[in-house]
Amino acid sequence: MTPLDTLRFASRAATGYPLRTALMVLAMSIGVAAVVVLTALGDGARRYVVNEFASLGSNLVIVLPGRSETGGFNPANAITETPRDLTVEDAQALTRAPAVLRTAPLTVGTSEATYGGKLRDITVVGASADYLKLRRMDLAQGRFLPAEEPNAAVAVIGAKIQSDLFGIESAIGHILRIGDRRFRVIGVLGQSGQGLGMNADEIVILPVAMAQAMFNTNTLFRILVEAKNRALIEEAKAQSLEILKARHDGEEDVTVITQDAVLATFDRILGTLTYGVAGIAAISLAVAGILVMNVMLVAVTQRTGEIGLLKALGAEGAAIRNAFLAEAALLSATGALVGYLLGQAGAFALRTVMPTLPAYPPDWAVIAALATALVTGLLFGVMPARRAARLDAVQALSKR
Amino acid sequence: MALIELSGIERVFTLGDSQVHALATLDLAIDSGEYVAIMGPSGSGKSTLLNLLGLLDHPNAGIYRLEGRDVTTLSADEQARVRRERIGFVFQSFHLVPRLTAAENIALPLMLAGIDPAERTKRVDKALRDFGLTNRADHRPDQLSGGQRQRVAIARATIMQPAMILADEPTGNLDRATGEEVVRLLEDLNASGVTLLMVTHDAALGARAQRRVMMEDGHKVSDGA
Repeated sequence: MTPLDTLRFASRAATGYPLRTALMVLAMSIGVAAVVVLTALGDGARRYVVNEFASLGSNLVIVLPGRSETGGFNPANAITETPRDLTVEDAQALTRAPAVLRTAPLTVGTSEATYGGKLRDITVVGASADYLKLRRMDLAQGRFLPAEEPNAAVAVIGAKIQSDLFGIESAIGHILRIGDRRFRVIGVLGQSGQGLGMNADEIVILPVAMAQAMFNTNTLFRILVEAKNRALIEEAKAQSLEILKARHDGEEDVTVITQDAVLATFDRILGTLTYGVAGIAAISLAVAGILVMNVMLVAVTQRTGEIGLLKALGAEGAAIRNAFLAEAALLSATGALVGYLLGQAGAFALRTVMPTLPAYPPDWAVIAALATALVTGLLFGVMPARRAARLDAVQALSKR
Repeated sequence: MALIELSGIERVFTLGDSQVHALATLDLAIDSGEYVAIMGPSGSGKSTLLNLLGLLDHPNAGIYRLEGRDVTTLSADEQARVRRERIGFVFQSFHLVPRLTAAENIALPLMLAGIDPAERTKRVDKALRDFGLTNRADHRPDQLSGGQRQRVAIARATIMQPAMILADEPTGNLDRATGEEVVRLLEDLNASGVTLLMVTHDAALGARAQRRVMMEDGHKVSDGA
């Protein structure tokens, strides 16, 4: 029997029992579709988070006050215990590092803003002129904090603040009261959507000195450092650490983290999650495989007379085995294909419902799902096919 | 040289703890072109004999020579090849594959033998013509009458031009007139040189054969014209 004939014979057998074939294909396709949709969801979440981080600004190095890692015994540790605070001067000193492009000091606090009798809670961010570029933010109107006047009583407000307090009227030039101080609005940030941690639409950015005065402090929450390029991130990190150590009397009392490291961690966690979800979905593929076996065993019993006839007509064991294997393979291949299409449709539906989530199934998941479907189909098809090939011809023929 | 030569054939079935001798020390020689009816009451071993002759069953003892060659010692696949090329089966219940058309059923042995499709179509078309089934070629078995079904089965049995046809009660499921028609078809084939072995318990049908082998309890009780 030629391979083409085997295939044709198997497909005739599959189409000869439409209900059985349809149910089988459905079961297999649900398995494959589950893998495709769930991995699309998992990988979509991963991409979403990675994109969110990238929107914080790339090549970013973040300096935090205090030590979160131990670096072995240092004589300075024995003398002082409280870490020195980060100051605006520290931030300025970091600009001198050769690998650093720009820096921005950052203080954060909460306050209330009032305008025209309307009041709302806001997050106050004290920053410098470079903050806009560093964070890759857009201005919708006006301009950002001026570099030449670090003590000006000016504010740049988020898009939500603009719409909540000023409505459709432009906020530019108006005086906004924050706490007990008055600021002139000089810029409105572009809409950024929901970001990680803080929502950039609901912040008010003030010059760092003004924010520090408002919160009665001279320390910083963070210093954001941007390396000149991606390759220089590690160098920028080392140089920042060195400069701050020198400025803090040789004591390494700050923590420097790179955005890359944070990103890689999230990437890893969510990647693992996607694998886990794919694994769970793969269970349904295994179930479908067992179903293939069940269906093929029933087919062998149902067609015992036919198998006897084929033997009487001179079919070798291998020919019968191959015909049943080909049928199992056809069923699982069709199921896999239908499942792939269903899964892609499901992922498309997900993307339509949640446009922010880039729910595309990863290639490896699609390939793995299709391969698993085919392999389980074939694997579970072997036993029934062998049983068919081994049937006793006389007994098989006497069965109708 | 005889086409079929059985010597000392035994076939024992074990049913529970008793042993049933379906065939006991059977010797039989059939020449090429003969028309033999194998007769006997049910349980006499005539179907077992036919299965053995068709290489569907194996004897517990004895030697079966087909065209001078000992076929009892062949492997399963070699026996399959012998069945494919030298033996045609006709069954009481036709044994057509229900989802295949008449033409496809007839083509089955050609497909199993791996003959190329063009040659297959040619031979199937000729068979359809010979058996008056041309306008039934695309009908499935459930759309055919009993007589037509058996004609399809006979066309299938002869498509590989076998040396012998083994027919097991070929008229058992047919009315008298259709049965008569089918038997005449088989006899015509025999007249063209094909050895015909027919199992039947119908005395009238048996009487038409040149030679009758009477079986009883696994023994040959008479053999002759």
